[in-house]
Amino acid sequence: MAPGTRTKLLVLGALGLVLLLVPLLLPSAFHLRVAALVWINAVAALGLALLMGLAGQVSLGHAGFMGIGAYATALGPKHLGLDPLLSMGAGILLAGALAFLVGRPILRLKGHYLAVATLGLGILVHLVLVSEVPTTGGPDGIQVPRLELFGIRLVGPELWYWITGITLLLAAWLALNLEDSSTGRALRALHDSEIAASVVGVDVARAKLVVFVIAAVYAALAGGLFALFNRFVTPDVAGFLRSIELVTMVVIGGMGSILGAVVGAALLTVLPQALTLFHDYEHAVLGLSIILFMVFLRQGIVPGLAALVTRRRPA
Amino acid sequence: MVELVQLLFAGLTTGAVYALVALGFTLIFQASEVVNFAQGEFVMLGGMVTVFAMKAGLPLPLAALLAVLVAVATGLLLHRLAIEPAKGATVVTLIIVTIGASILIRGLAQIVFDKQFHALPAFTGDEPIRLLGAAILPQSLWVLGGAAAIVLGLWLFMERTLLGKAVRATAANRLAAELVGIDTRVVLALAFAVSAAIGAVGGILVTPITLTSYAVGTLLALKGFAAAMLGGIGNPVGAVVGGLLLGLLESFAAGWISSTYKDGVAFLVILLVLFALPQGLLGRRAVERV
Amino acid sequence: MNRRRLIFGAATASFLLPVAVVAAEPIKIGSFLSVTGPASFLGDPEKRTLELYVEKINAAGGVLGRKIELVIYDDGGDANNARTFATRLVESDKVVAVVGGTTTATTMAAIPVLEDAQIPFISLAGGIEIVEPVKPFTFKTPHTDRMACEKIFEDVKKRGFTKVGMISSTAGFGASMRNQCLKVAPERGIQIVADERYAPGDTDTTPQLNKIKASGAEVIVNADFGQGPAIVTRNVRQLGLDLPLYQSHGVASKSFIDLAGPAAEGVRLPAAAMLVAEQLPDDDPQKKVVLDYKTTYESTQKQPVSTFGGHAYDGLMLLVRAIEKAGSTDGVKIRDALRATKGFVGTGGVVNMSPTDHMGLDLSAFRMLEIRNGNWKLLY
Repeated sequence: MAPGTRTKLLVLGALGLVLLLVPLLLPSAFHLRVAALVWINAVAALGLALLMGLAGQVSLGHAGFMGIGAYATALGPKHLGLDPLLSMGAGILLAGALAFLVGRPILRLKGHYLAVATLGLGILVHLVLVSEVPTTGGPDGIQVPRLELFGIRLVGPELWYWITGITLLLAAWLALNLEDSSTGRALRALHDSEIAASVVGVDVARAKLVVFVIAAVYAALAGGLFALFNRFVTPDVAGFLRSIELVTMVVIGGMGSILGAVVGAALLTVLPQALTLFHDYEHAVLGLSIILFMVFLRQGIVPGLAALVTRRRPA
Repeated sequence: MVELVQLLFAGLTTGAVYALVALGFTLIFQASEVVNFAQGEFVMLGGMVTVFAMKAGLPLPLAALLAVLVAVATGLLLHRLAIEPAKGATVVTLIIVTIGASILIRGLAQIVFDKQFHALPAFTGDEPIRLLGAAILPQSLWVLGGAAAIVLGLWLFMERTLLGKAVRATAANRLAAELVGIDTRVVLALAFAVSAAIGAVGGILVTPITLTSYAVGTLLALKGFAAAMLGGIGNPVGAVVGGLLLGLLESFAAGWISSTYKDGVAFLVILLVLFALPQGLLGRRAVERV
Repeated sequence: MNRRRLIFGAATASFLLPVAVVAAEPIKIGSFLSVTGPASFLGDPEKRTLELYVEKINAAGGVLGRKIELVIYDDGGDANNARTFATRLVESDKVVAVVGGTTTATTMAAIPVLEDAQIPFISLAGGIEIVEPVKPFTFKTPHTDRMACEKIFEDVKKRGFTKVGMISSTAGFGASMRNQCLKVAPERGIQIVADERYAPGDTDTTPQLNKIKASGAEVIVNADFGQGPAIVTRNVRQLGLDLPLYQSHGVASKSFIDLAGPAAEGVRLPAAAMLVAEQLPDDDPQKKVVLDYKTTYESTQKQPVSTFGGHAYDGLMLLVRAIEKAGSTDGVKIRDALRATKGFVGTGGVVNMSPTDHMGLDLSAFRMLEIRNGNWKLLY
């Protein structure tokens, strides 16, 4: 599973190609906006894919970190007069710090207990955002100021398409390098057998914690980008359903696959937009698609297709 | 004192419903290691089918029976069409299958029924009963009594019937159960059917108090899951204790701390409990099978 | 000669034809409504009304000789979705104007998008913040939450009470109305002795009501829409609280009475004339409009009218009138025509707008109703 340099180039090349092709094929502002949303969600899904695929840990509250990133970006300028970009940086730090603090006790838990603990964490973040009405605007959400760099207003779907797309490319590059690093190898060992890994001298707890913090940072980055791009956030960004959506992205795309996270994010972002045409049938079709994907492409879209392509020569 | 009694009953009533959902989670989990996030939809079906059957002219008992049957059929279909085919997939994949199923059931309910909230008349009137100065709803007693009856019935079934013993055997060791001739597929289907029936009954009992709509299942599934984990998943007694505890926590948090943070208090306690006791309050210290 | 004329005729026809085709291109009107989710109570009749009347308008020849094409999205009551759909209406559907926004939250989320695009937007939500301060392109049809507070407090005083216990939802309209009531109370000689809140989706408010009981309140005022008020109303009776209960115009639909059941008896609320159309005196200027809408809606939709569908009717008619008066689909021109609306009789009241008033209603169109025998009774 370790990506060699060739695979790394292949993945990044494929991503870059898609990034270049989308604006040529779908030039309308609306399509670019949806694409930008895909890239943003993909960044969050990437972090979670590392956690789930590499460290074998599930998080049902990952949107909580997205919420921290998004709300920091919104609240910094409003209450502290900070620059939005600086606030976003603070939000990312905050999310990382929180993950570091709660990571140890939470990651000690196994299987479903880990699931419910992360779930609780996400719900607590969501609840704070909903309840602290004077600060956060409560359930109705809050406006985010426009981002200005050197006096230039960063607006328009086209510009944001590139900002988010390039961020995703960088995030993917970092993730690939992490997989290939010694920490990555230690984590893969841990995924296979925690006991064996600790026997050969891997600091299991530390390795898990590192990936948990990285995943939180990715989610907060995605949250911040979303806030700046959408210029409006509601507590739903940190909600339980968002967390589930993120996990579903990773699993549908293919756990442990970088490209898979992107494909999963694309599917789950575009599908609801496309399904609005079905009006009343929207939810039924979404639910059915999820079941069908999971039943028929159990290992996920990307690994599933890759297996079909490379069936002749075993990888 | 009055307030204490009032909050106690409010908490026990909500907690009883959580306990029933948690029990449904536990049954299916025991038989298959699947965490069924569609559990809340059975509660929704119980309430919604009863409402619409009564609108169509059926008396309450028949409407309720129909609702339970619809929920059981849904549970069996869920098992046959989604869980069976995904057999052998990872825990997370199975969770997502059940989440997909819950979205699907909700989506269908929204088409078959409607998107509005509905109420059921209380079974035996709305006149509150005075107890130590607090006002207790007769329907609350129905919920508590109904939940108690279900727990007792389930216990008798598990302990006293051959089928119940087969379920327990499957839960303990599926391979061994198969070797002694138990058809574990039937046992699994049974677990889904019973879970669905329990959820539906809970939905019927509580709808006169809380109202219902096609969308009530999600939150209940979440709370039920939390309750099951609080008690220690895989343990029916734990599920009931966890459910009641969660209901009480929420009620007292709303009354004494902050009504907006009541859900948070419950989850905070869950986190603390898990930090101290990583297997839940009454969980077995068993080996994990992930 | 003849032949040449024919050719000439054909040429003119073919020259004119494309123009005719362009002129017949439909006028796109957009909408985002909370058809599902906690506000479906409101959004569903709004959607039905828009579809029903657009069809009627088109059958009668459309507007400016063009048909109306309606693009409706369901935001599920989520402000973020509303924002996304507003963007989609602007960038992808390229609508001329928007009639929608079921809740104050979804409306507020969409306003910046529509204002930036200079697209006239008629909101169907109650919060006063939608039109105060006035935004160049944003209008609304229902009465504001502040007016609801004023009307309720007027009635409270009339009954000889002064101590009010507030209970409100933390979301959108409930939060906004709570703030308005707190603001208006001192001016009206009302003392707010309790200020309790609950989260949207809560199914039990007895702890909060117990606190109100302990506060010595003489009446309870509930600020919210959807199923929350039904729960509060039931809980009030379930606790055996014998205090007069006021709701807002956010519950003005028959389904509230159905949901709250016998507990709804005696509940008072300010609302538009729609619910009591038959009880209006014959000389009431609104009687004809309100009765017409009610008959049309009830005969086609097979369900009782609510004031929410009426808000959508008013919004659509105001817009159609403005487009006709402007003689154009240009956003600024429609806006100017909307602002100049005078004497429009809608289901919500007689509308007189101005550059500083983008709602155009006063307290006179707001009626005080009481629920008696499972039905609405017009008090005054």
